[in-house]
Amino acid sequence: MFSLEGFLDLALIWYVLIATAVFLYVLLDGFDLGVGILFPFAPTDECRDAMMNSVAPFWDGNETWLVLGGGGMLAAFPLAYAVLMPAFYIPVIVMLLGLIFRGVAFEFRFKARQNTRWIWDYSFHFGSLAAAFMQGVIIGAFVQGVEVSGRSYAGGAFDWLNAYSLMTGVAVIFGYALLGATWLVMKTEDLTQQWAGKTASYTLIYQALFLAAVSISMPAINADIRQLWFSLPNVVFLAPLPCASAVLIVLIWRGLRDGKEVAPFLMSFGLFFTGYLGISISMWPYLVPFDITFRQAAAAPGSQSLLLVGTVVLLPVILAYMGYCYYIFRGKVSGQSGYY
Amino acid sequence: MFEHLDPVFLARVQFAFTVSFHILFPSFTIGLASWLAVLEWRWLRTGKQVYADVYKMWVKIFAVTFGMGVVSGVVLSFQFGTNWSIFSDAGGNVIGPLLGYEVLTAFFLEASFLGIMLFGWNRVSPRLHFAATVIVAAGTLVSAFWILSANSWMQTPAGFRVGEHGLLYPTDWLEVIFNPSFPYRLVHMVTAAYLTTAFTVAGIGAFYLWKKRHLAQARVMLGMAMIMAIFVAPLQLLFGDMHGLNTFEHQPAKVAAMEGLWETTRGAPLVLFGWPDQEAETTRYAVEVPKLSSLILTHSLDGEVRGLKDWPANERPPAAVVFWSFRIMVGLGLLMIATGLAAIVLYFRKRLFEARWFQYWCMALTPAGFVAVLAGWFVTEVGRQPWIVQGVLRTADAVSPVIAQSVALSLAAFIVVYLFVFGAGTYYILHLINKGPGDGEGVYGAHGMDQPPLVTDVAGKKGGRHVQS
Repeated sequence: MFSLEGFLDLALIWYVLIATAVFLYVLLDGFDLGVGILFPFAPTDECRDAMMNSVAPFWDGNETWLVLGGGGMLAAFPLAYAVLMPAFYIPVIVMLLGLIFRGVAFEFRFKARQNTRWIWDYSFHFGSLAAAFMQGVIIGAFVQGVEVSGRSYAGGAFDWLNAYSLMTGVAVIFGYALLGATWLVMKTEDLTQQWAGKTASYTLIYQALFLAAVSISMPAINADIRQLWFSLPNVVFLAPLPCASAVLIVLIWRGLRDGKEVAPFLMSFGLFFTGYLGISISMWPYLVPFDITFRQAAAAPGSQSLLLVGTVVLLPVILAYMGYCYYIFRGKVSGQSGYY
Repeated sequence: MFEHLDPVFLARVQFAFTVSFHILFPSFTIGLASWLAVLEWRWLRTGKQVYADVYKMWVKIFAVTFGMGVVSGVVLSFQFGTNWSIFSDAGGNVIGPLLGYEVLTAFFLEASFLGIMLFGWNRVSPRLHFAATVIVAAGTLVSAFWILSANSWMQTPAGFRVGEHGLLYPTDWLEVIFNPSFPYRLVHMVTAAYLTTAFTVAGIGAFYLWKKRHLAQARVMLGMAMIMAIFVAPLQLLFGDMHGLNTFEHQPAKVAAMEGLWETTRGAPLVLFGWPDQEAETTRYAVEVPKLSSLILTHSLDGEVRGLKDWPANERPPAAVVFWSFRIMVGLGLLMIATGLAAIVLYFRKRLFEARWFQYWCMALTPAGFVAVLAGWFVTEVGRQPWIVQGVLRTADAVSPVIAQSVALSLAAFIVVYLFVFGAGTYYILHLINKGPGDGEGVYGAHGMDQPPLVTDVAGKKGGRHVQS
């Protein structure tokens, strides 16, 4: 039986790969979900057209990272997948229904008659909103821990629901809105761009507040996490992370003020990266907090090896052609005249 | 309120509902993508506008269908966990990598190049656009390869061992991927997808001929579809027969249910019609052809065919569903072959595009492929019961520890949302069909236009004329 177990730490590699896939999903679908979240607040119908057109060629590819996160988890950490999905049954189903509503809106909106188009405008908005909110709720419930007995989820149907997870749900809405707004600053011009710039500044303030709230509350509610972050020498190594977040927030703010187009978007990516890294460090080494580590959840070495070979070969290819697609659809989407 | 409900039953109904809905879309897009690639190739080679017209009409329908396929498919990648978490835990080692490969080799490919196919007309050269279409078509086939490998492994598991906690471990990947029923299922399903597309296209083409609209384009549609009906429909009978013999070898209980056969018999008759009664262990009102079942399955007039009573009652699939689904599938397949034969006769009499009755006939068969595909999947999936992995893990032991209320509520939500969303999608597809090919203009999202205008643009400056259509 073919296996790379002898000379690679397969479980660790897969932990990093799945974490990366989920992170790429958060970034990429984050900005197109963000566009959906901001959709009804745009000043004109032309702006909304431009907003939708700016993400239409990409949303499908972006969402595929979610499928990779789910499918990859089943392949590499089946136990974690089998425990987490029943634990977050309701939020996962609502998220999926939200993704359905927003996904079909891309096609349906332009085929609907004028007097029924509002259905798909709202389907795009509320679908995006529901998906983002539920993803935030899942993160909030995840960091608080999941009840496990044997190899199964042992909690109730609504264990995920509490004030903290609702707060993180709203936090993710604002986070995605920031990504969406800075994306629009980069991809649109004139009225849409001005509006997006202003919106980005506002959402940045909320995002900063929520980031602070999560950063303070996570160590507060869990002694292990407190120990991890505030004991010596960890505090020295980890301090740069919140500092980097603070610096990025200031830089995004100044970039938006100075009318920079690309930098705020990329730095919003950076802000998500520091936040995501912070949560990952806090949860280390658990895949199902605080019961099952990534090593305990790992699939058979043979299974992880087989998929690893494919991933090593194919992931660079995928990234290359996805990058090529973004390159083909580079430049501004105009809401005023014609298409690009 | 839901205390009396059985979570296993609900989980099965929910999964059957979402997966049945989903399979309709890929059944159509697998064939459509390949056909679009052929159309674009003909267009680039001949420069004939008619191919471009047909392409541009069908690529819009493809876009709507593909979008619905994507969103209904994302649901499935999570339902293994939400509904069948014990199966996910036990079988993840074996089946997970197959699904992982599907994402890596197919989903990203389709999703990325679909953007170019739909929106890239004046951003890339015609050759590159054609390449994008071919890549999307190839992606749909690669996707079919992996998902059918995974499904076939659940039917005829191979290349694994059972370890502690009942977890399954792979021992030979080639045996896992190319498990005994996989080649047959792959060929049978891809052919079914091609026929589904062909008969849909034929029905729409016949509709235009009947209405005396878009005649040139309608001839291309009906003509190309009939080539499939003439050559591929009979082949499907052959593939189906081979698949059936493979099932007879590896899942004889399923075949016994398909045949409605209860007693193990030498020289078993073929039951044409009847009502298999699970309680009474007999097939009522049976209309039989003597010895034909043995002849088909064993190629001998008195070969032995095992009956359902050979298995304990708790290892038998529900026979009536399997029996009737099988007859619906085969019946529709025979109608498809008859269509091909009629097309040959009409072609040589030079009446293929004129005969009115044939236009009605083709219109009536528009949904035939979809129904046949669903019926076929009911045969194979219900016929595998009570197992989720044949002979290894029972469906009842694989279900998630989720309370019945959650499953019932989410099932209701899925039904409401799917009927609304995919109903709307069907409505828009019918609109696109009614509008027809070849008027050269359309609203944005009318992919394939040279200069897609914006909705508000069209609505504002052109009086909303196109928005109405």
